[in-house]
Amino acid sequence: MQRLIPFVTALAFASPAISAEIWVTNEKDDTVSVIDIATLEVIRTIETGERPRGITFSKDFSKVYICASDSDTVQVMDPVTGNILHELPSGEDPEQFVLHPNDRHLYIANEDDAVTTVVDTETRSVIAQINVGIEPEGMAVSPDGKIAITTSETTNMAHWIDTETRELFANTLVDSRPRHAEFTAGGSELWVSSEIGGTISVFDTASQAEKGKISFKVKGVHPDRVQPVGFEFTDDEKTAFVALGPSNHVAAVNAETLEVEDYILVGRRVWHMAFSPDKSLLFTTNGVSGDVTVIDVAKREAIKSIKVGRFPWGAALRP
Amino acid sequence: MRHLPLAIACLALNATFALAEIAVPMVYLEQEIEHPPTLSNLDTRPSDLGQAGAMLALKDNLTTGTFMGHKYQMETIKVPIGGDLVGAAEEALATSSFVILNAPAADVLRIADLDSAQPALLFNTSSSDMALRDDACRSNVLHTLPSDLMRSDALMQFARAKRWDKLALIAGTHNTDIAFAEALKKSAAKFGMSMSAEKTWAFDADMRRNAAQEVPLFTQELGKHDLLLIADEIGDFGRYIAYNTWLPRPVAGSEGLVPVAWAPVVEQWGAAQLQSRFNDLAQRSMRPQDYAAWAAVRTIGEAVTRTGSNDPEVLRAYILSENFELAGFKGRPLSYRDWNGQLRQPIPLVTDRALAAQAPMEGYLHQRNELDTLGLDAPESSCTAFD
Repeated sequence: MQRLIPFVTALAFASPAISAEIWVTNEKDDTVSVIDIATLEVIRTIETGERPRGITFSKDFSKVYICASDSDTVQVMDPVTGNILHELPSGEDPEQFVLHPNDRHLYIANEDDAVTTVVDTETRSVIAQINVGIEPEGMAVSPDGKIAITTSETTNMAHWIDTETRELFANTLVDSRPRHAEFTAGGSELWVSSEIGGTISVFDTASQAEKGKISFKVKGVHPDRVQPVGFEFTDDEKTAFVALGPSNHVAAVNAETLEVEDYILVGRRVWHMAFSPDKSLLFTTNGVSGDVTVIDVAKREAIKSIKVGRFPWGAALRP
Repeated sequence: MRHLPLAIACLALNATFALAEIAVPMVYLEQEIEHPPTLSNLDTRPSDLGQAGAMLALKDNLTTGTFMGHKYQMETIKVPIGGDLVGAAEEALATSSFVILNAPAADVLRIADLDSAQPALLFNTSSSDMALRDDACRSNVLHTLPSDLMRSDALMQFARAKRWDKLALIAGTHNTDIAFAEALKKSAAKFGMSMSAEKTWAFDADMRRNAAQEVPLFTQELGKHDLLLIADEIGDFGRYIAYNTWLPRPVAGSEGLVPVAWAPVVEQWGAAQLQSRFNDLAQRSMRPQDYAAWAAVRTIGEAVTRTGSNDPEVLRAYILSENFELAGFKGRPLSYRDWNGQLRQPIPLVTDRALAAQAPMEGYLHQRNELDTLGLDAPESSCTAFD
């Protein structure tokens, strides 16, 4: 029933066919660009608060949460109308967040405050603030919902939060400027990318011990400019696609051997990414060139660039 | 069940390691100096220049320290003009092996040569003096402020990329002006450009009132050039040159387009966060010397975090190794040159309102690290203290 409501409303807006979309936040334009996956074109541009970065949908896709960093708030938007339904208290300068599997608690990194804020999206109140390292950024939550992760860019750590007690139970060092964290779908591994370190650290979730590290080498690009940021796993978890920042490439990493298999040339300063519903296409946000590159996942090549707003940052799928 | 005691033992060991408490006492030592008078009263000099950067890095380190069991402390000592700097340094070295220096080059050397300083690690955060990185280098001194030559190389790479090959120079008479002018000339030669004319600024007149009359005539004599360089490191006359020149030419060096370690207009690569944290702390914008002091204290923090040690010898070896990298908000990892202790770093080229470019410019390649195209490279440096 819940899924039907946006469907009907969308019909009322007379869109010819319901196709999946990629939502991209434009950090320097205060907008979201909506890309239609069928046509690979921007079909809507929606205004947001100031400096939108992190973006994620509720589990039923009836709401979209947007970190409006410079407005110091998380906006809750109706994806059908593009209207802001309400705002959530987020703590100062929210940059990234992750929605707990319970579909209710948002874990938010407050970049300027060295704090992770936990917000209840139903009561719209802050239920906890957890002190973490300087410049928290990457956020992840384990599939079973028991562990939340914050990475801190200047402290260079992954902070492991027990979601029940909402306290840190481990802090693990990674290389310089950790930007993004993801659990594998089974939850047995945590991956953390380090932008300045140029690596991804792979941790065993149970022991929080580092079990591997991935390095990158792009031909013709100085190693200093190969800076891993966002990454996503394919459904079979055999491959991770890793955005390599100012090297303007995305790496395809074998998730078992941790070896890089391919480098794909994309737009400038590639940042984050999102898959199409069947994971046949990958959409990367390219901050400096202000566009989104569409990658054919099977062929591992870029097939199109789509102009969006200034400094596209986050990307999320709306199926 | 039989494994349980072992598991507990491991856990306890882990906990002990995590909480292995290490104390890292640091001293910020400043020699106050006289500042020469300048024509304009527009510039103010913050009394906590440098110190505020060190304080911010201390805060950064303390936060990391809470997760590691590392306790950082910093004492600040300011020696008045004519005060007993050596006495203050001895006092500092008695309590700490890590001293952040805000002092002229000669004072840096006086402190570095003390017996008690031999096992210590000193950071020069305020002197851009070439000799300190060259034949007057000391093995116990690292430099986080870029040298004059790193800055002038950055500007010359930019000028070369623009094909502004004919250069003219106006230099002041202060020591720092002369040193920067020398660096500019050296860099021009290094990158194959010619200095077509040079003049010294030695006016007594008040340019605030008559720059529009004097500067066109003064610059007319410079002849043809593409770019007008200004060496006015004390901020005396340079501000009156732009838009008053005989030929319409861009101005760069100490004025106009300025190569710096840091500026309030640096905002990429997460720099906006560092700027806002600094502004919150100091209630002013971050300057090059603040950045240098920040980098010094963060270097200590990073090395302590990675090695789990507070032994200056262990830290020095790690800092000078290939494993060390500091995230310095300039888009590339920062590290130290193991031949003279200089922090290698990109140099932003800025105007008052924006970052125009950041050196090294594209195309300046180096067999080891592109950042080493800025400043004294290993074969050019006659520093032997690091061998």
